[in-house]
Amino acid sequence: MSLRLTPAATLCALSALTFGYSASVLADTTLSALFMTQAAYSEADIRAMTADFTKLHPDIKVNLEFVPYEALHDKIVAARGAGDKGYDVVLFDAIWPAEFNKYGLLQDVTARIPAEESNKIFDGAISTVTYKDKRWGMPWILDTKYLYYNKAMLAKAGITTPPATWADVEKQSAILKEKGIVKYPLVWSWSQSEALLCDYTTLVSAFKGDFYKDGKLNFTNTGAMKAINYMKETLDKGLTNPNSREYLEEDVRKSFSNGDAAFALNWTYMYNMANDPKQSKVAGDVGVVPAPGGEAGGASGVNGSMGLGIAKASAHPDQAWEFISYMTSQPVQNKYAKLSLPIWKSSYDDPAVQKDQEQLIAAAKTSLNVMLSRPVTADYSRLSNILQQNIQAVLQGKTPAQDGMEAATKAADRLR
Amino acid sequence: MLTLPQRERRQAWVLLAPMLLMMFLLTAWPLARTLWLSFTDAGLIGDGSAPNWVGSENFLYALTDPDFRAALWRTLYFTVVSVIIEGFIGVLVALLLNQQFWGRSALRVLVILPWALPTIVNATMWRLNFNPDYGSINALLTQLGLIDTYRSWLGDPSSAINAVMFADIWKNYPLITLLVLAALQTIPEDLFEAARLDGASAFRRFRKITLPAIAAPLAVALILRTIDAFKVFDIIYVMTRGGPLDSTKTVSFFVYQESFSYLRAGSGAAYAILMTLICALLILIYMVMLLRQRRSGSIE
Repeated sequence: MSLRLTPAATLCALSALTFGYSASVLADTTLSALFMTQAAYSEADIRAMTADFTKLHPDIKVNLEFVPYEALHDKIVAARGAGDKGYDVVLFDAIWPAEFNKYGLLQDVTARIPAEESNKIFDGAISTVTYKDKRWGMPWILDTKYLYYNKAMLAKAGITTPPATWADVEKQSAILKEKGIVKYPLVWSWSQSEALLCDYTTLVSAFKGDFYKDGKLNFTNTGAMKAINYMKETLDKGLTNPNSREYLEEDVRKSFSNGDAAFALNWTYMYNMANDPKQSKVAGDVGVVPAPGGEAGGASGVNGSMGLGIAKASAHPDQAWEFISYMTSQPVQNKYAKLSLPIWKSSYDDPAVQKDQEQLIAAAKTSLNVMLSRPVTADYSRLSNILQQNIQAVLQGKTPAQDGMEAATKAADRLR
Repeated sequence: MLTLPQRERRQAWVLLAPMLLMMFLLTAWPLARTLWLSFTDAGLIGDGSAPNWVGSENFLYALTDPDFRAALWRTLYFTVVSVIIEGFIGVLVALLLNQQFWGRSALRVLVILPWALPTIVNATMWRLNFNPDYGSINALLTQLGLIDTYRSWLGDPSSAINAVMFADIWKNYPLITLLVLAALQTIPEDLFEAARLDGASAFRRFRKITLPAIAAPLAVALILRTIDAFKVFDIIYVMTRGGPLDSTKTVSFFVYQESFSYLRAGSGAAYAILMTLICALLILIYMVMLLRQRRSGSIE
């Protein structure tokens, strides 16, 4: 039997095809995105941003998942290692692109970011998502550590200007302790965690140290040794709260907000929270300056930024990029600038972004240009653990600083 | 033609088959896969090429790795000490709850509560209790005059493991209490009365009547707790993440870190196999003990 196409049948067939095609084009896409629970862009903020995105893109649904920072890396690799497709969009730290590149976890998005676009972003933020001259995502959280100080405590001790060098921090801390204004003037996040390395890196940057010698990892150069010696010295002199060796960033914020410290090294997010009378006893007395340098006029910083990338196995890279573009866009970042400072240079001159946080913005303009990156290696997690252990051994008084950092250098050399 | 017993046996196999298949899929297959992985250099995330067979290299590396040996001793310390203390407190509390007194039911619920708590809640709660600034432990010990200043329990390598053990014991002794209490309630009161009339002391009554009755359930509870304590992971993950100075890094945490943080599935599997062997050995020891008790007649 031959098949005859009547005009009516043709029309029906065409309509069916068209309907089918448009249905597939309009079909909803569901993205799965992994973020972290944190105090800056909180879970509620990220959900609000995503809801706004969905209003603009009703065809894209986004399932959000949140894990603590400490579990983020392992969650990303485990999702992929389990043979699952994993996530479409993942939040990643500045220290992971080398490793993620080695295992092919992220998609190369270089072609998606025009040069004129990246010129509008801070170099430090761009470096977060750059590895081997390619971009592996868009920077989303631009962050470094700042030195927070308690204005009232300093005034009470007769100190009129905040410290300009780390030696000043030590001197002023000694005065505060001597006058009995605060038992332990300094507080840090020195628990066995990545937070410890962020503080250490800030000090290495202050003392003009480096993590490499002749292309190999080395932690015994003059600047790096000054950093570890400074840490130990402030502990030995009773200027640093010894509990710092158990603290993460949130513990530092609570200690400072409770009025138990005059100086604290912490991320951007602490500024507005420590100034919030609902959760801080020192609201209104919080000052912030760039983390100082080793010499007057200098400044220090660690690149603590994070980026949003498309997971390699994502079946919806275009929609994932739509979502990432929205989340990292200037209007969205400006709207939430009280929680995390934007990646866009021009945002810092926007009066709405500056409002009520002028001092922080002024500090950021300096700090964001001096951020030192932690070592770039595909075996970063292992290296980080080696450093954490050896630095802690020094801080716990189990090993002299020179021996500890030599041991770290030797162990780093043996990385398989 | 099949005889009746043959038919029944065949039916039994047919009925058991789905369960055996599930057991194979859920237990034997992953175990075999892990064993295979342990002889390879597989990464957690493959680069497309097949993993290389490295023979016993991963095991030799594991056995000569001082960090792993330290983790092993630490885990044994954690297991032995916490299980002994849990057993002791568990039996003591069960004996207490077996007495008649006002409010006994309410107290039983209270005792079970820690065990019913999810581990993550328990760990978070104890992390707060041990907080060096506002933790209740410091407050309590200071008020009792046992310490002068607040201490950093989880920040000091000499106390961190004991603090974690404390939290683990608090959560898990109720399991032992529950099982022992159930056994205690099966002992007829007449036995104690008769013993009392014969002039047996409280200790003698405990040794001759109570102990034999609770020996079997106590042994089971201790087996379960030993295996569980040896595998301890979640409470450490929340409270200390292996720190400070690796002083709370147990074997499970070691396996986790090797496999998921360092992405070395091959060597991670070797550590996991070693851990499984030790667990199997522990089970064997207890089973032999249990069998001996049965043979000697101390357990009915």
